[in-house]
Amino acid sequence: MDARLPRDLQKLLGRDAILHRPEDLLLYEYDGSVEVARAQAVVFPQTTEQVAGIARLANRYQTPIVGRGAGTGLSGGALARRGGILIVFSRMNRILELDLGNQTARVQPGVVNADLSAAVAHAGLHFAPDPSSQKACTIGGNVAENSGGPHTLAYGVTANHVVALQVVTPEGEVVRIGSAAPDAPGYDLAGLFVGSEGTIGLATEITVKLTRLPEAVKTLLAVFNTVDDATETVVEITARGITPAACEMLDGWTLRAVEAYVHAGFPLDSGAVLLMDVDGLREAAESQAKAVADVCQAHGAREVRVARDAKERDLLWKGRKNAFGAVGRLSPTYYVQDGVIPRTKLPATLRRIDAIGKKYGFEIGNIFHAGDGNLHPIILFDARDPEQFRRAVGASDEIIQYCIEMGGSITGEHGVGMEKDRLMPLLFSEAELDLMRRVRDAFNPKGILNPGKIFPAGKGCGEIHVRPLPTAGAATPA
Amino acid sequence: MSVARASCAARLGEIAGAGHTTEDPAQLAGYAIEGAAPRAAVRPASSAEIAEIIKFAVSERLAIVPCGARTKLGIGLPPRQYDIALDLTRMDRVIAFDPGDLTLSVEAGIPFRQVQAALAEHGQFLPLAPPWMRRTTVGGTIAAGMDGPLRQLYGTARDFVLGMEFVTGDGVAAKSGGRVVKNVTGYDLHKLMIGALGTLGILTRINFRTFPAPTGARAMIACFDAASGALDLPRRIAQSPLRPLTVDVLSPAAHELLSSAVAGQADSRPPGESAFREGCWVLGAGFAGDESACARYERELRAMAAEAGATGAVVLSEEDTRVFFARHREWIPLVLESFADAAILRIGVPPARMGEILEMATNAAGEQGLRCAAIARGAGVIYFALLADAARRDAEKAALAAGLIQAACASLGGHATVPWCKAEWKGSFEVWGGESGAVAQMRKMKGVFDPGGALSPGRFVGGI
Repeated sequence: MDARLPRDLQKLLGRDAILHRPEDLLLYEYDGSVEVARAQAVVFPQTTEQVAGIARLANRYQTPIVGRGAGTGLSGGALARRGGILIVFSRMNRILELDLGNQTARVQPGVVNADLSAAVAHAGLHFAPDPSSQKACTIGGNVAENSGGPHTLAYGVTANHVVALQVVTPEGEVVRIGSAAPDAPGYDLAGLFVGSEGTIGLATEITVKLTRLPEAVKTLLAVFNTVDDATETVVEITARGITPAACEMLDGWTLRAVEAYVHAGFPLDSGAVLLMDVDGLREAAESQAKAVADVCQAHGAREVRVARDAKERDLLWKGRKNAFGAVGRLSPTYYVQDGVIPRTKLPATLRRIDAIGKKYGFEIGNIFHAGDGNLHPIILFDARDPEQFRRAVGASDEIIQYCIEMGGSITGEHGVGMEKDRLMPLLFSEAELDLMRRVRDAFNPKGILNPGKIFPAGKGCGEIHVRPLPTAGAATPA
Repeated sequence: MSVARASCAARLGEIAGAGHTTEDPAQLAGYAIEGAAPRAAVRPASSAEIAEIIKFAVSERLAIVPCGARTKLGIGLPPRQYDIALDLTRMDRVIAFDPGDLTLSVEAGIPFRQVQAALAEHGQFLPLAPPWMRRTTVGGTIAAGMDGPLRQLYGTARDFVLGMEFVTGDGVAAKSGGRVVKNVTGYDLHKLMIGALGTLGILTRINFRTFPAPTGARAMIACFDAASGALDLPRRIAQSPLRPLTVDVLSPAAHELLSSAVAGQADSRPPGESAFREGCWVLGAGFAGDESACARYERELRAMAAEAGATGAVVLSEEDTRVFFARHREWIPLVLESFADAAILRIGVPPARMGEILEMATNAAGEQGLRCAAIARGAGVIYFALLADAARRDAEKAALAAGLIQAACASLGGHATVPWCKAEWKGSFEVWGGESGAVAQMRKMKGVFDPGGALSPGRFVGGI
């Protein structure tokens, strides 16, 4: 990096808004994935104008820039893969405007997801996307990755809740896209922007919809002796047209790991549990809970518990949302997949994952968003052992391959980033990837913004490469 | 043009079959946009044929406009150039319907009605009730960005389109998204296609998330002496735990039109007639659920209506509710059929500002001596019809009123376009509203998807 750049950044942002000593940069070379990449400078802007100024400097010095929220992402989206400047939005964390009458909020990108919901709870509202990392992750990060979460089954993912954005382009222009009013004329650029993984612009203001909290919530824990019984239950719930607000599955291996850590009350001898919320009007929640319980029982649930109060409900959900922390206690490294399959294929897929685990010599745990078919198989391995690492990658690739064969997708909510770029040719033709690259290049013509993400570097298809040795994977997937 | 009329049709015939190509003026008149007919029309059967057609058009500098049932060709600006009508009605298959997964993939030319019928066999539906329901195709509805009353509960197409296949302006058949309900793999290019009026690509397949069809839907209709009361009710509903299917407010003139013999055809008696008074504003709210939930909706909606000052309220039977919904859905075509000189604005404002904007719009129309009618959805969308009279040369007045309304919308953080008006009036209206700063970014997208400018040139925002 040009020696004048840190000086210019300091001039723009102030002395306390830039890190460039190696020991400081080290802290920003990780996110929640197994990837590692180090920036040459980390900066903390406070205004849109400063972000635009950084982009202009980056253009002058031909240096990459990468946006970052809380660094909880699971695909390397917020890592400076090609070095350069990491723009951390933690100081742009103000809620700029709450319009409770119109149920919208305008926020800076560094606002923590759960903080926004907390700020509007008094009005009976919340921000519906609820990634498991919601106590740490930022709305800017949610926008970049189009984050999901357990309750996005009924409420929709981030894209369904973002209506307008102020964006700094990679060339340092400030533009507004979308509108707080419905149906802005023209192309749905806000729809394109959400989920573009920080490759076409840096959001500096985000206008989101706020959603009314349901009048009633019922949380059910259905306990099964086998994984098959649990997955068959999910298929039947879906087929009957019941949409729970959330429908999560934990298999026996995972729930035992969680129970040892959180003591949520999961039965240790079970094969799998389904953790489900139904909500809405009191009357609707009541009848849905009964319908769900009936399906569970018809598929051999040995017990269906209904949380008696908010405390019991919170404890069950704490078990779910802290699951990856619990897994982190068991292994120095683990790898979490994010494949999606049509929901009818759940039973067969879980059986296949089990078989793949046996073939590669791993016990693969499963804790995932069963209701929308979004899998999170967990493979524990020791990254210090290259042979084990190769086996983990092999098992992981075979699972993804199966998801695609089932008509599914390689990532449901974690993003492609620098982790699944090599898998993109399994889903998209070279012509399709080229079209998407041209979309990126139209906004990001010099490739200065977040280079090396989403798109495979070479034109080769799907060959397995061994990545740099990962270190700790204290991830918290949604 | 570098090709003669005959060779254009001949080449299209080679691609799609002579029987699926026409240059007969009588048939081409049916493809006319604002009075201008294309040089040829072609009905391809596959995306491969479409790619061929586009490559041919680009090489000969011909312009293509895609169409389905041709109910919405009048939306937007007339194309700068129009040589080939690309008729998608032969591409009308259900590619996959997985009732257990609640997902559906269809070809773009399939009639909307046919899709709903196929889904209904499994108790499912697409939560979109677009106008021209009896004729419109799925592709046309999506490409024109149509909404319907169900957006109150289900949102718009961007909320339940899972993926698409399309052919770009350089003849590349491509896809984005997928057929699973959750997916973040690659850019969501399909979101750009919704409402793009065929300016970025020709839609060939659309994948949807389907939903269980609500059974036993009912509607409460309430009448108000003033707009303020009628528009107070959506606000109260938004602040309650109720989640109705639809919330629409009709101005007196809009409601009279729906009650007219034209709207009802055989049965001219509008549902719930007993509650209506001459000149009243009408709110309709649809809801569904089991018996106890419906009882609660009925009770609380009635109570809210009374608090908002309703002069009467009735809850319709299931059968009457169906009739009521169907009439509401077809309000736009009804206005266009009933008034040859209507201009309809599509307004989007923050929902709490609907009362203000309706008042301003009504005043703007009144000042120009124009009648008006409006239907306002709880989500903040208003269809506002200026009912002009050509004999009195009202075009200028209508354009003046529309301009005032557009400025008022902008001042309240909203926007207004004029999707429908007479062809010869389009020059005097800001059809797409004022230029927004994002138009430059939109042009970049046009440049990526259709670098040769072969697709629907000039119809869209900013002359794209």
